[in-house]
Amino acid sequence: MKKLAVYMKPYWKTAVLAPVMMLLEVVMDLLQPTLMASIIDRGIANGDMDYIIRTGLLMVGVAAIGMLGGAGCTLCSSIASQSFGTDLRLEMFRRIQTFSFDNLDKFNTASLITRLTSDVMQVQTVALAMMRMLVRAPLLSIGGIIMALAINPGLALILLFTVPLLVVTLAVVIKKGFPLFSAVQKKLDRLNAVMRENLTGVRVVKAFVRSGFEQERFGAANSDLRSITVRASRMVGMTMPVMMLIMNLSMVAVVWFGGLRVHAGGMQIGQVMAFINYMVQILFSLMMLAFMLIMVSRAKASVERINEVLDTDVRIKDSVNADAEPIQAGQVDFDNVSFRYEGAGGAPVLKNITFSASAGETVAILGSTGSGKSTLVNLLPRFYEPSEGHIRVDGRDLKDIKLSALRQSISLVLQESILFTGTIRENIRWGDSQASEEAIVEAAKAAQAHDFIVSFPDGYETLLGQRGVNLSGGQKQRLSIARALLKKPRILVLDDSTSAVDMVTEARIQAALKERLAGTTVFVVAQRISSVLEADKILVLEDGEIMDMGTHHELLLRCPVYQDIYHSQIGEEVV
Amino acid sequence: MENRSGKMPMRPGGAGGMGGGARHMAGFTGPKVRAKDTRTTLKRLWKYLRRRSGMLFTVFGFVLLATLFTLVGPILIGRGIDAMTGGKGGVDFRSLAAIALALTCTYFLSALMTWFQTYIMIGIAQDTVWDLRSDLFSKIQTLPLRFFDGRPHGELMSRLTNDVENINNTLTQHTTQLFSSVITVLGALSMMLYLSPLLTVISLATIPVGIAITAWIARNTRKHFSAQQTVLGELNGFIEETVSGQKVVKAFCHEQESLRSFAAGNDRLKDAGIKAQVYSGIIPPMMNAINNMSFALVAWAGGWMAINGLITIGIIASFLNYSKQFARPINEIANLFNMIQSALAGAERVFEIMDEKAEFEGNEDAPSLGDAAGKVTFDNVCFGYSKEVPVLKNVSMTAEPGQTIALVGPTGAGKTTIVNLLTRFYDVDSGSIRINGTDIREVQKDSLRRALGIVLQDTYLFSDTVRENIRYGRLDASDAEVEAAARLANAEHFILRLPEGYDTVLSEDGGNLSQGQRQLLTIARAILANPAILILDEATSSVDTRTELHIQEAMLSLMKGRTSFVIAHRLSTIREADLILVIHNGEIIEKGSHKALLAAKGFYYELYTSQLRY
Repeated sequence: MKKLAVYMKPYWKTAVLAPVMMLLEVVMDLLQPTLMASIIDRGIANGDMDYIIRTGLLMVGVAAIGMLGGAGCTLCSSIASQSFGTDLRLEMFRRIQTFSFDNLDKFNTASLITRLTSDVMQVQTVALAMMRMLVRAPLLSIGGIIMALAINPGLALILLFTVPLLVVTLAVVIKKGFPLFSAVQKKLDRLNAVMRENLTGVRVVKAFVRSGFEQERFGAANSDLRSITVRASRMVGMTMPVMMLIMNLSMVAVVWFGGLRVHAGGMQIGQVMAFINYMVQILFSLMMLAFMLIMVSRAKASVERINEVLDTDVRIKDSVNADAEPIQAGQVDFDNVSFRYEGAGGAPVLKNITFSASAGETVAILGSTGSGKSTLVNLLPRFYEPSEGHIRVDGRDLKDIKLSALRQSISLVLQESILFTGTIRENIRWGDSQASEEAIVEAAKAAQAHDFIVSFPDGYETLLGQRGVNLSGGQKQRLSIARALLKKPRILVLDDSTSAVDMVTEARIQAALKERLAGTTVFVVAQRISSVLEADKILVLEDGEIMDMGTHHELLLRCPVYQDIYHSQIGEEVV
Repeated sequence: MENRSGKMPMRPGGAGGMGGGARHMAGFTGPKVRAKDTRTTLKRLWKYLRRRSGMLFTVFGFVLLATLFTLVGPILIGRGIDAMTGGKGGVDFRSLAAIALALTCTYFLSALMTWFQTYIMIGIAQDTVWDLRSDLFSKIQTLPLRFFDGRPHGELMSRLTNDVENINNTLTQHTTQLFSSVITVLGALSMMLYLSPLLTVISLATIPVGIAITAWIARNTRKHFSAQQTVLGELNGFIEETVSGQKVVKAFCHEQESLRSFAAGNDRLKDAGIKAQVYSGIIPPMMNAINNMSFALVAWAGGWMAINGLITIGIIASFLNYSKQFARPINEIANLFNMIQSALAGAERVFEIMDEKAEFEGNEDAPSLGDAAGKVTFDNVCFGYSKEVPVLKNVSMTAEPGQTIALVGPTGAGKTTIVNLLTRFYDVDSGSIRINGTDIREVQKDSLRRALGIVLQDTYLFSDTVRENIRYGRLDASDAEVEAAARLANAEHFILRLPEGYDTVLSEDGGNLSQGQRQLLTIARAILANPAILILDEATSSVDTRTELHIQEAMLSLMKGRTSFVIAHRLSTIREADLILVIHNGEIIEKGSHKALLAAKGFYYELYTSQLRY
């Protein structure tokens, strides 16, 4: 919690003003019963109508001041908590923008989104509540106790019984109730899991005619949830009547013992009434305090999750004397590069990779799933840092080049084509925000995307849904390629980026690339052998090591793994 | 008088749950969502509650009693005060003792009734929600794929969880609270009138002011909350998209642009949030002040009346108490009403699903397909997922029993659609599909799907053990049969290397297996199902070549003796087929064996040789 307090600092004046205003409201609230008591004990008892009117006016004034205090507190606490939440969210987002890929992998997307949205919301709500209720409740109970003591210390002894009783009741409920509620949560998760599986696996369930079986599974989860929820809710449902009973009985005690004191002459009737009032205020505040503490403790998990994001060490960043000079030629050298994912423990993903690609060459990387192909190309834009060895572009170590300069010069088409909400034109323009209309169309044509784009009623103005939902996989891949081409990179990386495109279209894309990208160094990661046939150099990766390297013809002659792949895909009779 | 704050969501006689209470204290009231047709929704909800109507009436009886007992409290306290008016030495202990005893009994009974009421109501609500959930799930099982394709899963999940939970909360808390609030208001008002009609009129003078102010603020609150909700939705959408696409953002150096857009949305949220919070947060102190002012009025008038001997001090005390009890539920009733409204809107969404048309409605009496294996005929089949865009045009073909049919063609040509039609995930628009001469629309759907074994493009595994995932193919299969199927599918060697072998629990969607291993498991599942007709849809698409060899072997043993449909990009998978259908733009443009098609030098030839162009 302390760490997050920093984000409240710019608003500390407002944040402090909120409880002060609340104090005002509480004091005014506490004055009311006493004023009422004096109306009864002095005004009515003495038949003094003037006094009653004056005190009544005072009550109105006190109420008005109280309202100002309450409204002021609302205003201040709202401004402070919302500003705090806004700054916190911005800082988290800024942090995430600087994250390197291993940071992103560690958190995974869904959890980052929850942290940015609901966790911040939760903390913000608690901050607001703290400035209001968490101040109000203790103030009201302390003030109430003071007033009760002032009226009659002897009668206040009743509080010595009721307050501990209340605290114990609450403690028991919290202690017994919380495990029950986390059990409810577990059963609910289970129910949701069955449901989600049935939604995502709907084809399988239908194909195997398993709806009866699934209904049984769901029925069991449903019944489990019901029985545990009933237990938990009944447990908590008991709290209110019990606490109300404690409170009401202590009121009865005040009436009885107050009567004794009035008889003995130690107290007046109005004071008894005021005492009852303060008693109720004290007990209610204590209950409220308990509920607030529960709420704060729930927010603790959110605070931790937010801090994890804020405390994350970004490993890949510009070194002090990094060079902003962009890449000119595009000569790439891997020098004894090894890589292992952070925390993965086991074997390295890449081992002793050494090779060179001259400017303008096309290098293909072939290998089975998990052989390290994608990892290798992800090292180029410094998405990850090699664990050992060096990567140099035009003779400069990657670490000595400013990240922005490096990434401006490298275009990458990732395995998964990710597009953003907006028009098709805006999406392609990601590659170069200054690009002319012609340049955009040209890039789309080269990626074999122009034809399907203009077939849409709105053409380049077609709005894409989130993550490009209204396009097919092949269409998305072609837009990603167009986007990458628009950048006019010195180095282009295609990471299995035509897998959803049929082979005829793929061949056309390759031809267009060849024509457009003379002088650009191209890295192609592929499963299909047809994608790599014409490369200047083919790397065959196996378990993170370069097993062989050469042209198609060389490899076909000497590399058994390559021969295997080739035969399985092309077929022997054609060879 | 009790509790002057006016901010407490808890009242005597109410059963405020923990979560509800905490949420309330933060001053957060969401925007109102109303059901479109409240009356119908209520009627349908009542159908669920009617099964337990006896219990339900008991609950309301208890609520009534508990509320009445609570209402008796203040008048007794007033009497107690009056018993003290003798002052020093003059307290009437006999009546004071009687009153104290009566009060104790009243409060005990009130607590007991509240407890009974809560206890029973929780049971009723949970049973009702159980029924709702299970009806909803059963319904979802019968819905056609078209329904699922058109809806994000998140939205469906939200109906099953949030909406149902909302109904639960409303049943357990809000309805009884509303009932008890109404009784409290009426009861307190009658008590006030009984105690002093004049004082009642005076103290009610502030009520219209209060209602007017609250109504005005509430209108604004609603407006600002829905504005906040809109901005929040936009910002969350932006966050989701940017963070999911973070790698692309970095690859294109778009960090600054993202940050700028985010900051702009974030600021808009701040403005909207402050407005919403201020408006909603200002009601409690306002009501508090209005209540306090009405006390001053009562003090003036009551004081004058007491001096003139018209009423006793005890009556003033009781009166103030009742006016408190009267005021609080009035604020609450509006709030409760909103919550019930939003729960009804949720119930309506739930019922919407129940009203969806099920697939194969009324097909239960149709004849069963039987085990006889598989001649499949497509006769002039036309189909489109939407009316405007036809996907298949006049597709006709025949697969003889035991034949392997390969479907080849570019992405989007309509290959997967053929599978969707054969399994009746979708129904043809015109033409017909027949198995052994019977139109598949005229056989029982279960028997149709049992006759078909499908290995799908997306390998779907459940979070259960490997063994149970294979057994999904045939639930009554013995362990030995499961293992035999795994062996046939070439899957046993990797299964035995898993930490717990066949009993290894897979994470949701089989995340702890490689794509190839998952594919092998789904093939084992199909083997175990032992279908007459087999469909393999891109079963090896995202698997590397060496794993593919394993899978292919497995598939060959699976295809033996069955009519099989194979869809693949990789031509190597297809070469061995008895019949190759080349599909392009929804039509069969070529058919024949591999050799015949190569010799014809048509589209298939081009597709095949494009791999070797360079």
